[in-house]
Amino acid sequence: MTTTTASADTGERTVRKNSPGAARSPRRTGRIRRIGLPYLLLLPALLLELLVHLVPMVIGIVMSFKELTQFYIRDWGTAPWSGFDNYKVSLDFNAPVGDALLHSFLVTVGFTLLSVGLCWLIGTAAAVFMQDTFRGRGLLRALFLVPYALPVYAAVITWVFMFQHDNGLVNHVLHDQLHLTDKPSFWLIGDNSFVALLVVSVWKGWPFAFLIVMAGLQNIPKELYEAAALDGAGMLQQIRRITLPSLRPVNQVLILVLFLWTFNDFNTPYVLFGKAAPEAADLISVHIYQASFVTWNFGTGSAMSVLLLLFLLVVTGVYLLLTSRGRKTADV
Amino acid sequence: MSSTTRAPQPPLTSRTPRSPMAPPRSFLWSRGIFLTLLTVFVLVPVYVMISSSLKPLADVTGKFRWLPSGLTFRPYIDIWSTVPLARYFVNSLVVAGAATICSVIIAVFSAYAVSRYNFRGKRVFTVTVLSTQMFPGILFLLPLFLLYVNIGNATGIALFGSRGGLILTYLTFSLPFSIWMLIGYFDSVPRDLDEAALVDGCGPLGALFRIVVPAAIPGIVAVAVYAFMTAWGEVLFASVMTNDTTRTLAVGLQGYSTLNDVYWNQIMAASLVVSVPVVAGFLLLQRYLVTGLTAGAVK
Repeated sequence: MTTTTASADTGERTVRKNSPGAARSPRRTGRIRRIGLPYLLLLPALLLELLVHLVPMVIGIVMSFKELTQFYIRDWGTAPWSGFDNYKVSLDFNAPVGDALLHSFLVTVGFTLLSVGLCWLIGTAAAVFMQDTFRGRGLLRALFLVPYALPVYAAVITWVFMFQHDNGLVNHVLHDQLHLTDKPSFWLIGDNSFVALLVVSVWKGWPFAFLIVMAGLQNIPKELYEAAALDGAGMLQQIRRITLPSLRPVNQVLILVLFLWTFNDFNTPYVLFGKAAPEAADLISVHIYQASFVTWNFGTGSAMSVLLLLFLLVVTGVYLLLTSRGRKTADV
Repeated sequence: MSSTTRAPQPPLTSRTPRSPMAPPRSFLWSRGIFLTLLTVFVLVPVYVMISSSLKPLADVTGKFRWLPSGLTFRPYIDIWSTVPLARYFVNSLVVAGAATICSVIIAVFSAYAVSRYNFRGKRVFTVTVLSTQMFPGILFLLPLFLLYVNIGNATGIALFGSRGGLILTYLTFSLPFSIWMLIGYFDSVPRDLDEAALVDGCGPLGALFRIVVPAAIPGIVAVAVYAFMTAWGEVLFASVMTNDTTRTLAVGLQGYSTLNDVYWNQIMAASLVVSVPVVAGFLLLQRYLVTGLTAGAVK
């Protein structure tokens, strides 16, 4: 797959030069067209990315320096500048706003690490276990992908029902059937809400890891395993020495993507808890959403978003730097 | 995959040497236990959704019960009148459908350019487009909300609260991943094919649509499924950018579960109804998604 890319680049040029059609047509318009065409093809995507992502991002950064309350929503340009006030408010951890933001940030970090770790672990284990064919493998694979395929809100609403205090499945099983708790617990308020959020997030997220690792496993040449088996390597050794190292490049991207998606996840907590997330499960996206739309203070909300973005940029940069350096030496 | 793992014929003597890759017994045991537990974990909510949707109301208001006291299809009839579910459904269908079609077409053009041409800024383009994927949705939500409102005020084009605005937003959500995946897919289509078409007098677009696109159908299907699922399941932007007439299922169903009297059997029925199209489509086409990932993204 990779070789076609490299060789075809040079192939294209030679064919173009030798082809009689290209030589006969007016050379200059042909050249302009050839240079312009890729940009023309990219134009729609570029314009849309500009409109929906890049321009709003710049606006967001500008907004974070303004005192943008509900009075200025209609015409946000007229909102007065406020310098770094919004940032000061967000980062003053002794005052309520900053303290709540810090708490939400820490909750999100803990939640993300646990969720990504579990998703990766379960997804990889399932993919490795299902590498060999066995009866029912196809069916099982389809079943495992159901949580990923379900619309987020439909899946999470089902979990909301299961976590209900009086008529939910979770309390019925834990309390009525297994007698593990003294009395039915509340899952969607209080400290338990963190566990509830984690369970739902892992349930929904691990199939993606499974899907990607499964695809990655298919690119590992069978001969490697056969050679290792002939050399007397056991199953565990094969997994440790062949499977996991071969999956490194896949894992590098997979873990980053899982991390970013989980860290930014809004849908799960929003549907699980409604507009008011319990403190123990106050993820940062919902927190900023509330800070902005419930209080209509867009300036502070934007400052928080920018801080979040900066954090994610730094983490991503450091992550890529560390993993890529390790990879280069490992690959060559 | 390969058949080396299993002996094709049951051997005559029970203790023949195993094929070199036969997994040890402990592996088979742990595999069995792990996959069973995982299946239970995955299926319990699905079972709850299906069984509760067929229960009479008394079964879902009282203590949870694994088996319904009686089967009824009433919830499936009632959902259409308790909330305007049909309207939400149409809205979601229009928004997700339009976003998917536009996103796939645009992604095909972009991926073709990146895959087949060398041009200045190619790396900048791919990196920029991909990196938009990582930014928190909440960061765009506020400015986009204001941008749409202001565009509406200035030009009269109603983006805020309309399906058009939502379509525009959603199609950019699936665009980065779609482009990324299609680049890989197009790269795996031999260039000789479209070179030949170019020599035969096809324009570049002719080569794209006659040669490259037909050869990359599995990848395009996978990307379409992904784009549809993304738009169908999005909650955040839908909750802010829609009004009563343009509300999608994501918001509508959420409102359903916060009604004063929560009819859980109806909500489960509604959840099932909105899930069936995407889950069925996904399971039918998941093979393409896996091959698409193998060919493109995971390289």
